[in-house]
Amino acid sequence: MSKTWIGKNVKRHEDPRLLTGRGTFVDDITLPNLYHAAILRSPHAHANILAIDASEALKYPGVVEVVTGEDVVQKTRPFSVVVKTPFKYYCAAVKKVRYVGEPVAVVVATDRYVAEDAAALVRVDYEPLPPVVDPEAALEPGAPILHEEVGNNISCHRLLDYGEVDRAFAEADLVLKERFVFPRYSSVPLETYAVIADYDSSSGVLTVWSNFMGPFTLHPVTAMALNIPENKLRFIIAKDIGGSFGIKSSIYPYIALIGLAAMKASRPVKWIEDRQEHLMASSSQTDRVSYREVAMRKDGTLLAIKTKIIDGVGAYLRAPEPATTFRPIGNYVGPYKVKNLRVDAYDMMTNKCPTGPNRGYGCHQIYFEQERMMDMAAEKLGLDPAEIRLRNFIPADAFPYVTPSGGIYDSGDYPKALKLALEMSQYEKLREEQKKARKEGRLFGIGIAVGVDPSVSNMGYITVAMPAEVRSQPEYLPKSGAVEAATVRMDPLGGVTVLMNSTPQGQGHETVVAQIIADELGVSPDDVVVVDDFDTSESPWSVSSGTYSSRFASVGTSAVVIAARKIKEKMFQIAAHTLKVSPQDLELGQGKIFVRQDPKRNISLKRVAGTAHWDLLRLPEGMEPGLEARGVFHFPMADAPDSKDRVNSSNTYGFMAEVAAVEVDRDSGQVKILKYISVHDAGTIINPKIVEGQIYGGALHGVAGALFEELVYDQEGQFLTGSFMDYLVPTAAEAPKLEIGHVCSPSPFTPLGSKGAGESSSETAPVLIANAVADALAPLGVKVTELPLTPKRVWALIHDSSSTEVGR
Amino acid sequence: MPDELRTIQVTVNGTKYDRQVRCRKLLSDFIREDLRLVGTHVGCEHGICGACTVLFNGQTIRSCLMFAVQADGAEITTVEGLARGGQLHPLQEAFWENHGVQCGYCTPGFLLTALELLQRNPNPTEEEVRIGIAGNICRCTGYQHIIESVLAAAAKMGAKTV
Ligand code: FES
Ligand code: FES
Repeated sequence: MSKTWIGKNVKRHEDPRLLTGRGTFVDDITLPNLYHAAILRSPHAHANILAIDASEALKYPGVVEVVTGEDVVQKTRPFSVVVKTPFKYYCAAVKKVRYVGEPVAVVVATDRYVAEDAAALVRVDYEPLPPVVDPEAALEPGAPILHEEVGNNISCHRLLDYGEVDRAFAEADLVLKERFVFPRYSSVPLETYAVIADYDSSSGVLTVWSNFMGPFTLHPVTAMALNIPENKLRFIIAKDIGGSFGIKSSIYPYIALIGLAAMKASRPVKWIEDRQEHLMASSSQTDRVSYREVAMRKDGTLLAIKTKIIDGVGAYLRAPEPATTFRPIGNYVGPYKVKNLRVDAYDMMTNKCPTGPNRGYGCHQIYFEQERMMDMAAEKLGLDPAEIRLRNFIPADAFPYVTPSGGIYDSGDYPKALKLALEMSQYEKLREEQKKARKEGRLFGIGIAVGVDPSVSNMGYITVAMPAEVRSQPEYLPKSGAVEAATVRMDPLGGVTVLMNSTPQGQGHETVVAQIIADELGVSPDDVVVVDDFDTSESPWSVSSGTYSSRFASVGTSAVVIAARKIKEKMFQIAAHTLKVSPQDLELGQGKIFVRQDPKRNISLKRVAGTAHWDLLRLPEGMEPGLEARGVFHFPMADAPDSKDRVNSSNTYGFMAEVAAVEVDRDSGQVKILKYISVHDAGTIINPKIVEGQIYGGALHGVAGALFEELVYDQEGQFLTGSFMDYLVPTAAEAPKLEIGHVCSPSPFTPLGSKGAGESSSETAPVLIANAVADALAPLGVKVTELPLTPKRVWALIHDSSSTEVGR
Repeated sequence: MPDELRTIQVTVNGTKYDRQVRCRKLLSDFIREDLRLVGTHVGCEHGICGACTVLFNGQTIRSCLMFAVQADGAEITTVEGLARGGQLHPLQEAFWENHGVQCGYCTPGFLLTALELLQRNPNPTEEEVRIGIAGNICRCTGYQHIIESVLAAAAKMGAKTV
């Protein structure tokens, strides 16, 4: 295959429709006789529901139905989740509310305005209960309990132990221990959740249009909750999704709720979440408190890591949680060759919104602890932060590398990437500048952060949330694998159509697929039509379908390659038969298949396609007519966790090395990013602009978490950041200008060598900025262990620092 | 009163519409639901994200912050009105060429904001572009490619007017 199109900045095929207002987002879809829902939500963080009276609402003109917890408990089941902790999570509150914003009733009416009016008329009598909002407090004896049937607030606890941690700590020259706090922030796509549900009582099929993004493991979960056979729950995903970054995985409880409303109302029902609902009650990452200890040798060698993490998963543990805790299990040690690791993990239920995937899922939290600790150790040992990292990197010749927790890193050259980042940042010069700045009394800091970027989640990793003894029981069904499918079709005139089912949310899949096909089949990308319309009743989907865990560039593209190669092989057989040569003698190029030794003997692709469709008697004997192939790619090393809890939680592993310089304003506490260098190894890059765009977006998402964004609750569990005036999404005025560099270590495990890049910098940016700010504040002798570094927090750090300034 | 019907006349993308609307209907909902011009998006409904931006008598406004009845007699341009005769507007071309679009949800708002910015200041610096589009939120791009798109559009449009 010649790489004519792979690696080029092909303009996106999606753009003309999106630029002219012709995209199709869920809210753009309408149905005949469509009704609209408004959701009444809990104003309390924790309360018993004594009574609900919907009679006034039902009398309101235009209202057709009200759904309450009574319907929910009668018609649906609690959602299943990997752990067996006996709490019940339904699609709306049943007898008790456990977070502000929890759905209590759904009003269905002729339009949204009427539905909202009527929702205000539903009377709910609550008996408030004391809430618990802090994950650490939830663990304390005597804490208010959310689910009486559980008896405490622990939804999941695992102690994972790899290597010889105690011995390593006993032998260490230096042991550091620190407490870290990582806040709740979220994906905040510009398009909110959107659902249209339509129940056909004659067939028993519930059809749902939504902006769900996968994983489709959550389709059977939803079907079971609704008591519907899986093949009668039809998910149609809108062609265009207005961003997701993880959060639209967690829409499925609303799919169930609106599905229930449509069934009860016997009418199609649309629900478009508003921004306040989204911030308050969709999903977010966990809030985490962690205690990390590291054992080091004098020379900076990292010997062992111990961490106790306490994740706040909100009022109910909702699948795919507790994956925030376990998704990065295979890459827990990051890029370092440390062999000993202990993770003591608690997933605590608190009176806050349930959590779920958010870009970087679980990685930015661990890299925050890890990369902060590396800097703290470097300072103690008198090493440069770059040097301590270089000393601990897994060497370039060690790949594929197996981590102590079972990750199989496919490829990489970490020293090369970090050195490139240092060079691009003119690191030495930056340090000189810093010296000068410090002399002038300015707070100038330089940060470094590195991280391994896992892509394509293994469908089995989450079972590590269950103890090995449980997993080894014969009745326990193991899970494994990570798969994607694609169908390539050539029509009788030689046009190529590719059918995908990847639920993209802005990542340009149509374009990337066209580029791959163009190279594989020797056509132009503009001639390839890519249809990515996901429909569970029509698409070849699997439980791992969807666009999450940065999987498309690894697994989706691989499925396309396989399908294309199947078609190509068939075309070669037809051409060989026609030209009376062996397929091995043939080559593809310029729309023709020709004899390598004698290119004048050739046949056009069009003619081959014509033969396959219209001249079936001229096909080689026994060949199936038509030109269509399904490519299925799956990773063979995505196995279930072993008896020692080791699991290859992802399938390809990229890398990023970043350097930033900041200046902190002493008077206001404001942080200004002066420089941001971001070097990536995402293997083979198919469309550089698209990858760049992912990096820019991911980096800003991480910067936002470092400096601006937090979903804040008060001690009563009241939610304080329900609008864009309180939840501060950065704009172009705050966005740093990145300089991006690449190194390329193609993955040996994918046909093109490509890896994911969609999350990448979102995992390192929070700690990158934290490290830079910590370095800026180093003369004040203060510690940075908590985000976001808002002016208020930074100001307090500066002004509470009792120590006298020391030079560096 | 909020449910009272009024007849309004608006011109959107050059087409005149006479419609009955309820007094409390938002202009953004009117454009999307009554006129079925769904290119105008709604991201917050409280005036911060700018996804609902349209040109109202030549100036950008947030259509989620106005009632449809307030648009009586107005001329409105939405994203659907930018391309002419199948030909993309130079701004749209620039966004296409510079990867200014990811999910596309914010794009209509950015296009109209940028259009006004370039009408006011045909030759902005990067910093001026950053400030000029800071009233719109994009969650996908980190803004870099949008800024490059607007700068490229300025060059294109400048070149066209000379
Ligand atoms: S929807 Fe109007 S500003 Fe956000
Ligand atoms: S492109 Fe998705 S919000 Fe801007």
